[in-house]
Amino acid sequence: MKKQLITLMAALALATSARAEVRIGVIVSATGPAASVGVTQQRTVPVLPQKLGGQDVRYILLDDASDTSATVTGARKLITEEKVDAIVGPSLTPNSLALLDFVAESKTPMISLAGSALIIDPPVDKRRWVFKTPQSDAQMASIVLEHMTRKNIKSVGLIGFSDAYGEGWIKVMTGLLEGAGIKVVASERYQRTDTSVLGQILKITSQNPDAIFIAASGTPAALPQTTLVERGYKGLVYQTHGVANNDFLRVGGKALEGTFVPAGPVLVAEQLPDSHPAKAAGLDFIKRYEAIPGAGARSTFAAYLWDAQLILNKAIAVASDIAKPGTEEFRVALRDAIENVKDVAGPNGVYSMSPKDHLGLDERSRVMTRIVGGEWRLVQ
Amino acid sequence: MNTDVAMILLQDGLVSGAIYILLATALVLVFSVTRVIFVPQGDLVAFTALTLSAFEAGERPGTIWIVTFAAGIAVSLEMVEAARWRDRARALQSLLRFGLVPAVVILAALFLVPKTAPLVWKMAVSAGLITCLGPLIYRIVFQPMAAASPLVLLIAAIAAHLGLNSIGLHAFGPEGVRTEGFSGAPLALFGMIVTPQAAGVLASSVVVVAALYLFFRFPLRGRALLAAAHNRRGAEIVGISTVAAGRTVFVLAGLAAAISGLLIGPTTTLYYDSGFILGLKGFVGAIVGGMAVYPLAAAGALLVGTVESFASFWASAYRDVVVFLLIIPVLFWRSVSVLAPEDGLE
Repeated sequence: MKKQLITLMAALALATSARAEVRIGVIVSATGPAASVGVTQQRTVPVLPQKLGGQDVRYILLDDASDTSATVTGARKLITEEKVDAIVGPSLTPNSLALLDFVAESKTPMISLAGSALIIDPPVDKRRWVFKTPQSDAQMASIVLEHMTRKNIKSVGLIGFSDAYGEGWIKVMTGLLEGAGIKVVASERYQRTDTSVLGQILKITSQNPDAIFIAASGTPAALPQTTLVERGYKGLVYQTHGVANNDFLRVGGKALEGTFVPAGPVLVAEQLPDSHPAKAAGLDFIKRYEAIPGAGARSTFAAYLWDAQLILNKAIAVASDIAKPGTEEFRVALRDAIENVKDVAGPNGVYSMSPKDHLGLDERSRVMTRIVGGEWRLVQ
Repeated sequence: MNTDVAMILLQDGLVSGAIYILLATALVLVFSVTRVIFVPQGDLVAFTALTLSAFEAGERPGTIWIVTFAAGIAVSLEMVEAARWRDRARALQSLLRFGLVPAVVILAALFLVPKTAPLVWKMAVSAGLITCLGPLIYRIVFQPMAAASPLVLLIAAIAAHLGLNSIGLHAFGPEGVRTEGFSGAPLALFGMIVTPQAAGVLASSVVVVAALYLFFRFPLRGRALLAAAHNRRGAEIVGISTVAAGRTVFVLAGLAAAISGLLIGPTTTLYYDSGFILGLKGFVGAIVGGMAVYPLAAAGALLVGTVESFASFWASAYRDVVVFLLIIPVLFWRSVSVLAPEDGLE
């Protein structure tokens, strides 16, 4: 009797853990303050491929409302109840950091869609389980610096959000600029919710710098630029890749003309030379993604999710030869496989992961663009 | 810093201050009559700009559905109450008040605002929709608990704010808007360059505050409000309906919010959730005025705007800290100089 019971329980345990399909939990911030980022990722989920690495895949989508505690409860549910094999997301840096302990403990690989390098560096201990697809600030900053040196800029004024995003960028930029012998004449802050930045802009323009760098994201990044135009500033203006969506163009309008924006290659996929490895992947993504919201709706944020899917595609093919989905062995094999993917060309660049680099992007992951006539133009 | 920069900052501060004046005045008005700290005032400001921008884009703004649902709830509440008292006259009256008036505005918004309509008409309909929301919020949220303590009313106001915030996200989406402004060439005035927008904001704000002053001074309705504000119980004894008084101030608050929204829309990008911080700054202005004295509240609001503008020049990273720090010396001075009016003594 006792023996039978044990066999039965073992059978049950096996039946519940091993299964035919791969389950992937997708956590995005489709509502709340970061909604403009997460909504585009949420829209991407229905167009994701139904098979990855030859296995059937089920995506379980979760909206964390940009709230860290909701991310943690959601992830806990995904891992214990749905027994997902991998997590893609969350969209935000603090939310991703909140999951570090949790994914390491449950041995679930996670591909974050958030910007900060803190999420993956250094890739040891609990960060062994965490990867990410968005370019790091330092990578994006280096192309801005390159462009500024080429334009022979001698002095720069900085203005950015007084939060982690702005501070992070301004710290990176200040270091790079000073290293290159470019003078930082002013470093101002403003809030996402501010209704006027006139004071900050007056302070910067009174120093008359050759260029102004704005470290802000989304539509609030347009406010300093409209003020700059009102004050008649004639120098160059740089933004970060956090503004790369059409709402920014809509809100900023004519004031944005001529702005330089570093971005993932997908933003200007059509204009890339055919030799660029991200061109084909980018065009394919755009075709599928824009089928629903309409042409021109592309978003680099949605493309990060697409990149994650391409990486998983390669990794699942490897891992499914080693173990069955739904088991711990599979998740371990999947993590190892993700860490070893090489030359995966996605809309945002070419990913070659290694035990030392859980992002795996090189200089092909960013391009410099310019806003001309209300559109993004590739700067050669 | 030279005088040029100082003048520009002063102008910017006064323009923001003018908008905070409207918010502060509305907050003081609502608080003195109903003892509600109307947190959602700022949300209504943001909603106005979002509504107008939807009209400008030739779309139907989400505000239409918000008002429709709110009116539906208010009418049902009124009908239940009227049925309980078997009061046919009251049923008719509230159908008119909470059904017909919003219905007219909603129909106008649905069918009479083509994309080509003049800006003034779009502004008027947007203002109409938001003004309707004021008394509807009062009927649904605050009237059923009118006798509760100020703390409970404050909690209800915060709940209303959070609710409107989520509704706003669904109705308007996460992205911000900027509306069209007063156009025209900048004027030269006392040696400083004044944009028509800035002049328009200041002028409108002065007109609204003056109109409020006159309203309280002369018509019977205004004086009744003043009476209810001074002493609720006493006003009730002499036959002034505090419910009607509450409804009237919420109409005024809705109108003030709509005007602020129309004024601030062209100067900045507004989001569904931008209202809270605006309301908070109006609140600081109102606190300076002790939540009771209009001219002081207006002066406080101007002070907030100016301090904010200069702080963003000198120490941009600490601007909001500086603004909200204003509240501490004021509260300290008030706590040692005057005895706060006791809420319980009625």
